[in-house]
Amino acid sequence: MLSIKNLHASIEGTPILRGINLEVKAGEVHAIMGPNGSGKSTLASVLAGREEYEVTEGEVFFQGKELLELSPEDRAREGVFLAFQYPIEIPGVSTTNFLRTALNQVREYRGLEPLDAVKFLSLMKEKMALVEIDQKLLSRSLNEGFSGGEKKRNEIFQMAMLEPVLSILDETDSGLDIDALRIVSNGVNKLKSKKSATIVVTHYQRLLDYIVPDFVHVLYKGRIVKSGTKELALELEEKGYDWIKEEVDSTATV
Amino acid sequence: MSKDNQILEDLNSKEYEHGWSVNFETDEAPIGLNEDIIRWISTKKEEPHWLLDWRLKAFKIWQGMTEPAWANVNYPKMDLQALRYYSAPKQSNKPKNINEVDPELIAIYERLGISLNEQKRLQGIAIDVVLDSVSVATTFKETLGKLGIVFCSFSEAVKEHPELVKKYLGSVVPMTDNYYAALNAAVFSDGSFCYIPKGVRCPMELSTYFRINAANTGQFERTLIVADDSSYVSYLEGCTAPQRDENQLHAAVVEIFAGAHAEVKYSTVQNWYPGDKEGKGGIYNFVTKRGICAGDHSKISWTQVETGSAVTWKYPSCILKGDHSIGEFYSVAVTNNYQQADTGTKMIHIGKNTKSRIVSKGISAGKSQNSYRGQVQVMKRAQNARNFSQCDSLLMGNQCGAHTFPYIDIANPSAKVEHEATTSKIGEDQIFYCNQRGIATEDAVALIVNGYAKEVLNQLPMEFAVEAQKLLALTLEGSVG
Repeated sequence: MLSIKNLHASIEGTPILRGINLEVKAGEVHAIMGPNGSGKSTLASVLAGREEYEVTEGEVFFQGKELLELSPEDRAREGVFLAFQYPIEIPGVSTTNFLRTALNQVREYRGLEPLDAVKFLSLMKEKMALVEIDQKLLSRSLNEGFSGGEKKRNEIFQMAMLEPVLSILDETDSGLDIDALRIVSNGVNKLKSKKSATIVVTHYQRLLDYIVPDFVHVLYKGRIVKSGTKELALELEEKGYDWIKEEVDSTATV
Repeated sequence: MSKDNQILEDLNSKEYEHGWSVNFETDEAPIGLNEDIIRWISTKKEEPHWLLDWRLKAFKIWQGMTEPAWANVNYPKMDLQALRYYSAPKQSNKPKNINEVDPELIAIYERLGISLNEQKRLQGIAIDVVLDSVSVATTFKETLGKLGIVFCSFSEAVKEHPELVKKYLGSVVPMTDNYYAALNAAVFSDGSFCYIPKGVRCPMELSTYFRINAANTGQFERTLIVADDSSYVSYLEGCTAPQRDENQLHAAVVEIFAGAHAEVKYSTVQNWYPGDKEGKGGIYNFVTKRGICAGDHSKISWTQVETGSAVTWKYPSCILKGDHSIGEFYSVAVTNNYQQADTGTKMIHIGKNTKSRIVSKGISAGKSQNSYRGQVQVMKRAQNARNFSQCDSLLMGNQCGAHTFPYIDIANPSAKVEHEATTSKIGEDQIFYCNQRGIATEDAVALIVNGYAKEVLNQLPMEFAVEAQKLLALTLEGSVG
């Protein structure tokens, strides 16, 4: 489904990603871990099409299409969803209104009729249950005055509504207490399907107790330096990142 | 950033959609301004003597005045002697009702999306249409007449209800008020008149639609709304003009009188031609709008959505004379390209326990300048006056300007006045967030801007709110920064 080949990206001339290679197949969950500043969030942003990052080398194929050639909105319409680490506030625009605009633009792109208000509402009710979100929250201005947990839950709710093919969760666990973490993870798990894939970007192993990955990759200095199964995450939890840093840095100097 | 700049440069991909004009036979005054022209207009309109005298008096006063220069706008001075002060479509006989109006005129309004056919109108809106200098049609007159409501052109009111016109004309905006108000008093040609009798709640929205068609013609209309005790009326005003290279002057006066327990809601969606991308042409919109809450417990509420005009100079105000009276001002002013707007309000608290509320949302894009200018004045007698003002500015791009000039003048220590102001920029973050959910950039801007202006748009009658939303999106098309 997703094939990243030798991806290099920089911001204002500073290289952040230095040759990422990753294959993600439908039905899989991949965790991207790594110390702060290793490029985890940059990878998520580059895949979603954030303009500040300049791709200097490499290719990304998403369902056979060259992802990097597409505008951010077309990537979303093709089924790429990014759950933001810091969801953005839009005053005066309710989540409901926002999502209705988004969903209908996605549907239009896919050659589907727009959903009328009644159908949209019933879809919303169905998805609200998944992430245990209150309807009152959805009629408030998007993310404005939301707590950290409410923001993240709202992200997963949007994901449920838009039914993406590839979901990228960028540090979705940050700022969540244990109950919110459980609710958010449950939502993500319920949305998993054989046809879709998930990339979980996280610093801590904690989230992976709830969203169990098929593969774990460690990102360091803009490269994937180690890949394994969920046992790797547990090892990292126990030993921290230093041993990996040492391993990589020593081979680099040799 | 380079992409942003490119989008910025790409401003205004959509052109002004009402920029066409129609040729038809007109009755025109000679170009220029002097006493003879005023007599010519007055004669043409078969006016009574008192009105001609009133005009001539205003003209004398105007001659002694100079054009105000305090507003934060820059424009080449207009040669007022080079203008034509009266232009009217020729109609062989005065139409008695809508069915007798020249079909060609009706077609103009159909093209603007305004149906004058009473049967065709689904919504209960009575409309008076003003083309250049005269009112050409008023709908639903009979229906309203049964309730004692007078809704007609100003000229007609002068003939049919001279006592009302005489009593209220110039009572809220005196001819001495300012340069443009004096000019308007001297040369005004037509406009709308509305009287709601005691205790009557007007069952439909009343509306005036202004259109400038002729070239080199100024439009000087006058609207007078009188809401007698315990009555209610909601009034809408819309305007467009053809696209022309030269600037055209629109200097209107609106007066509102509200008796005890009366309520008047006045909404404007202003879409005069704003000039082209280089700032050439466009309407100079120098308007005086004022209402007086004359009776106790009366209320006047102004809502405006200003998207057009090259230069706007406009301060719909409330004189809160009656005790417990309420004044409100809700405004969205959008400027793009080289547009300049200096707009705001005045709330003059005279009566006891009077309240006012100001919500102003400025949006500037392109190379435009957008100023809020507002005055809150609490007089000595105005015990327990309350005011709340909120002035927000939204900037799009880095070549535009937003300015706020609040004036607060308090003569009674019991007054409570609050002023809040914010300035924000449409963030790339916000746009990217929308993009990431599948929303195209243009639609993202429209969504964000409409969200920003929501508090004001919510004040508009439903069908107008939808129009206004579209207009905001259209005005800002291609101006992402």
